Amino acid sequence: MHGSGIQIWFFIGVLLVIYGFMIFGYGIFELATGSYPPLVQLTSLHTPIWWGGVLAVLGVFYTVKFRPGRAR
Amino acid sequence: MYGLVPATLTAGSFRSLSALVASATVPMAQLRLLDIAVIAIYFCMVIWIGFYLKGRSNTSEEFFMAGREMTAWIAGLSFVSANLGSLELMGWAGSAYQYGILATHWYWVGAIPAMLFLGLVMMPFYYVSKTHSVPGYLSLRYGEPARVLAAFSFALEMILMSGVNMFAMAVVMKVVLGWSITFSILVSACAVTLYVALGGLRSAIFNEVLQFVLIWGGALLVPILGMIQAGGVGGLKTKIIANMHSDSYFHLWRDTGHFADNPMGVHWTGIVFGLGFAISFGYWTTDFLVVQRVLAARNLRAARMAPIIGSFFKMAVPFIVILPGLLGLVLLQNPDGSRRQLVGEDVVAACASGSGEGSLSDPGACSSAMAKTTLPAAYQQKVLSGSPDAELHSYNQALPLMMVRYLGPGLLGLGITALIAGFMSGMAGNISAFSTVWTYDLYKPLINKKGTDSHYVMVGRLSIVIGVAISIGAGYLVQHAHGIMDYVQALFSIFIAPLLATILLGMFWKRATRIAGFLGLLLGIVFSVGMFVWVHLNPANLRYVALSDAAKPMAENVFRALWACLFTALVIFLVSMVTKPRPAAELEGLVYGVTPLPKEDPVPFYKNEYTWAILVVIIFVALNIIFW
Repeated sequence: MHGSGIQIWFFIGVLLVIYGFMIFGYGIFELATGSYPPLVQLTSLHTPIWWGGVLAVLGVFYTVKFRPGRAR
Repeated sequence: MYGLVPATLTAGSFRSLSALVASATVPMAQLRLLDIAVIAIYFCMVIWIGFYLKGRSNTSEEFFMAGREMTAWIAGLSFVSANLGSLELMGWAGSAYQYGILATHWYWVGAIPAMLFLGLVMMPFYYVSKTHSVPGYLSLRYGEPARVLAAFSFALEMILMSGVNMFAMAVVMKVVLGWSITFSILVSACAVTLYVALGGLRSAIFNEVLQFVLIWGGALLVPILGMIQAGGVGGLKTKIIANMHSDSYFHLWRDTGHFADNPMGVHWTGIVFGLGFAISFGYWTTDFLVVQRVLAARNLRAARMAPIIGSFFKMAVPFIVILPGLLGLVLLQNPDGSRRQLVGEDVVAACASGSGEGSLSDPGACSSAMAKTTLPAAYQQKVLSGSPDAELHSYNQALPLMMVRYLGPGLLGLGITALIAGFMSGMAGNISAFSTVWTYDLYKPLINKKGTDSHYVMVGRLSIVIGVAISIGAGYLVQHAHGIMDYVQALFSIFIAPLLATILLGMFWKRATRIAGFLGLLLGIVFSVGMFVWVHLNPANLRYVALSDAAKPMAENVFRALWACLFTALVIFLVSMVTKPRPAAELEGLVYGVTPLPKEDPVPFYKNEYTWAILVVIIFVALNIIFW
């Protein structure tokens, strides 16, 4: 989308930020408490931490770059 | 989109839906609070988008065509996303589990050439004619009867497919999460209705792009983690060869010289001409569900770039669909640590639990069904004895099983959200396309020609609500009438191939006449239905359709589409030769050779559509050589 109004990339950014911090936060909780879901494989890779981080960084980028009212 | 669903979904998979639902006594996964929150936030977001866009969908051009102001990227991602339903994701992962990377043909040769052809060759005619829909183009080229026939078939197809898709997705949620069928249907249908009825095509496109990102964000981890555990490409190959005693799983073309040489039972001629031409070109260039997304582009260059951009992503989709299926072959394990073998839905349904704890409803049927599989005898005995750790899972559950294997709280919610998002993008595509065709191609020409613009927007909104209501009814009908699923899915291949021939000849042969177009389309559909019924009544007739005794059901759709396309073209040619052609002046803007194409402003090479198309071709050829 272009023109006036909020762009789709902003919505995507917001959603990724929310998801990223939620998953990253859970990953930190897992790491701190050492309680991992018993049936999930490769927990030693701490996937929620790095994947949540990737989502959060992407989300922040899109949210800031496409925030409403920003001149392009 | 449903027409590109694999045979695992069309040949007996969800045929026994009631039995399958009954068999799902223990859900595959349990969601935690964090997962529920992830899913709930997604629903809030899509509805927020719908409400936000309501104020920008007041005119018919805004509501049905999204104001024709989409960028190439938005239109391109939406174009691919409308096709990326969750049933395709799971169905093709299941097909990869069964057939290896042969399933990738549906993503590469079965999509890329057609997408490039749409962008570079056909888009100018759709765009210059300023049509609102594909039936609208038929009206301009062949007249009202052809438009009404195409519009009626398409509207029916969209509604039924939306219903089947909705119900099948609810079954998946029941099997994977234990959710009630009615709960899944009502929640998803209400959300889709709300955001499409509020924001029209703009809202559908916005959400499709959002859903596309979520699908990747939720599903990409499975192949990454799977490849780490399998030991990379080398480890995966070694393990598959050790388990399956064949390297056919890694070859796209090598074993397609004869039907019997590959597990899919297809021949390369069927793949190239049936899938690569008749089905693929039919779907990607004439199915309004996807073409509508490109028609919403802001200018001709964006409209031409959109399918080309989409083709890059389409080529990448096997990474999140086919690879998890292959990884499932070697990584999925039973509770006792042995390799888990997936089976057909018919076997799972035959071995559904009975009323008593640990008992089967029909041990004889279960035993017969399992005898046709490669399940170890000891495991079959465990299943027959009702052992709680002897679970049977179907091919279509390969992707959810891989998700459950690697994704913990939060990430699993994201994976499930990806499946829900895939389903909703497909359904929103069906419903928004239905609404446009109903309003522009059926209601306006046949019922009320003199309505105001706001009246047609109101009709469009109302048709979305009514369309979803009918879809829900169709979905429940499928639950109680086995076999309907097959007919509904066959609708796609029955209709799309004759439509392709009709549009191609109309667009590139100025001699094609009005009556020839209408008759070709009508008789082509009749011919296609005839072939379907002929094979359905006696499956042995497949050998005539596919020209081989060794052909399997997967070959039926591709060959039926090919013959229907050729038959339609023949009818149009013959009738055109004995009827009076339209004056060339009337065909301006509609037919190649008599249409001056608008000059496009020069752009740097890196913004030129031909540059990117060449890059797509190079990657496409390279992939086919690498995985020969």
